[in-house]
Amino acid sequence: MTAPAPPPYLFPAATPGLRPPRLYRAVRGRWFGGVACGLARYLDVSVWLVRIGFFVAALSGGLGILLYGAFWIVLRTPPDQPQQSRRAAVEFVVALVIGAGVLLANARTLPLGWWFVPVMLAIFGGALVWRQASETERDRWRRLSRSSLAAGAFDRTGALRLALGITLVLAGGVFVLFQTGTGTKAIGVGLAAVLVTVGGLALITGPWWLRLVQELGAERTERIRNEERADIAAHLHDSVLQTLALIQRNANSPREVARLARSQERELRTKLYGSMVPTGTFAELLAGAAAEIEDTYAITIDLVVVGGERDVDTRLDALVAAAREAMVNAAKHAGVTSVSVYAELAPGSSRPGVTEAQVFVRDRGIGFDPDIIEEDRQGVRGSIIGRLERQRGSATIKSSPGAGTEVALRMELS
Amino acid sequence: MTEQNAPTAAEPAGSGPSVVLVDDHAMFRSGVKAEIGQSVRIVGEAATVAEAVTVIGHLKPDVVLLDVHLPDGGGPAVVAAVLPQHPDVRFLALSVSDAAEDVISVIRSGARGYVTKTISGADLTDAIRRVAEGDVVFSPRLAGFVLDAFRDADTGPTPSVDPELDQLTPREQEVLRLLARGYSYREIGAELFISIKTVETHASNVLRKLQLSSRHQLTRWAADRRLV
Repeated sequence: MTAPAPPPYLFPAATPGLRPPRLYRAVRGRWFGGVACGLARYLDVSVWLVRIGFFVAALSGGLGILLYGAFWIVLRTPPDQPQQSRRAAVEFVVALVIGAGVLLANARTLPLGWWFVPVMLAIFGGALVWRQASETERDRWRRLSRSSLAAGAFDRTGALRLALGITLVLAGGVFVLFQTGTGTKAIGVGLAAVLVTVGGLALITGPWWLRLVQELGAERTERIRNEERADIAAHLHDSVLQTLALIQRNANSPREVARLARSQERELRTKLYGSMVPTGTFAELLAGAAAEIEDTYAITIDLVVVGGERDVDTRLDALVAAAREAMVNAAKHAGVTSVSVYAELAPGSSRPGVTEAQVFVRDRGIGFDPDIIEEDRQGVRGSIIGRLERQRGSATIKSSPGAGTEVALRMELS
Repeated sequence: MTEQNAPTAAEPAGSGPSVVLVDDHAMFRSGVKAEIGQSVRIVGEAATVAEAVTVIGHLKPDVVLLDVHLPDGGGPAVVAAVLPQHPDVRFLALSVSDAAEDVISVIRSGARGYVTKTISGADLTDAIRRVAEGDVVFSPRLAGFVLDAFRDADTGPTPSVDPELDQLTPREQEVLRLLARGYSYREIGAELFISIKTVETHASNVLRKLQLSSRHQLTRWAADRRLV
């Protein structure tokens, strides 16, 4: 039997490491149902140890086979490794036949009381239904059983549950009081009585236990959330107040006010909408470069990145550096208040399997004649064109006086 | 938006398309009014979804400037409530949020364009005019989102009524890329050797695909990959 997975609220997403390993039936490396493999993985022992264990138990009165069957029925295969349903069905039928055979073989020694056959039929029937049910149906049943266990004593399921529990406890008592006979039979009946009583108690007190666990979980989640909120609020208030103070002091310098407002806005965005891009990626480095230039030169950079979730290597790093240089040039020389930057990583059109990286830095400023990039304009010649050519990329500059400038950077990545 | 054709000199108030402002921040509404009140007719304002539905139904403006985030349901709820009754009212979404899913969801609900709140007054006026004339408005950011949403169109089975809707033609992609690079329609036309009218057609086809496509990615993509 596997313990049911802990409810998610006990383990908020912030602490994924707390989840115990789940017990599954193995799909890979299995001989039959994958039970032994799965158990071995869960217990971290050799699979042969488990197999031999089952085998020995099977020789001693068929217990091993029953156990194996029980595990097989109850355990699921890992959700990420679906198994072919046909194979599973065939295996199940085979298992049923073997199980029935074992039972019949032991028919003489089994306690064939009036209750045995119906109970066995019920177990097998239940097993069949459980096996055939789809995952969603099983989940629904689990939820249903949980909710009926948690239902209060005053609605119908709750009242029913309570009645059933009380009946079971009374029945257990009656068993014990009225039992006659001695020896093994008495022990058996006593055991049954105890089990029945425990079941009854569980049904009666179920809601209370469930509520206790849920409240603990909820309380903990709430506490974590509050701490997080307080943390964010404190940080935000602090930096917003600082910025407002600075803006008041710089009220006569519109450029400085704009710069402060922009960087504060950026910080708020990052806080509110989460960091939009994973760190160390092409998109993130470009955004960082753009932010820095916005602050340094007091301009706005409209940055749009498509497909930029790729970690940066030496070559992409050179591309970002060149793009940054192009942005600086636009900020310094174009005489504009905003620059458009578009970057894209997409499958290249030339050969399959190649990713093409492109960055376009565009301004609508004064422009220049690209044929006469003066010798001393190291910015363009060295930092942009040369830098890309060293990394087997290319840079083209489209510009004419009065119509603005667009720098296009391209690079093929394997 | 960076439109190259500078707006004409401010016309007297009372001309231009009629506009209703829907935003829950009074400060932002008055800011917008001060900035563009000269070049368009601002006929009404609303701060909640319920208010907006009433005001728009009553005034039937040409264009509704719509904040994506509203206290009782957000921009998409307004569009969904108004459009069936008043198909002639056009919506232009404005947002401080850059979250892709917000932007895509308001467009999918029926808005005809999206601009960020940091847009200049002149560009905003221009965008309102174009929406009023039946055109669509792709800010570079929206163009980027759409390109991203339609990327790798062949990943996984996408059961769709109309596979035509599930991918962009190469031409549409080119137009979107140029929009994302900050080009105006005129510049795109010059770049691709097509008329401005054709550029407009491509843009509105893209918007239609975005609204009608049932592609799994379009409803899920933003959660999977966030982007700048």
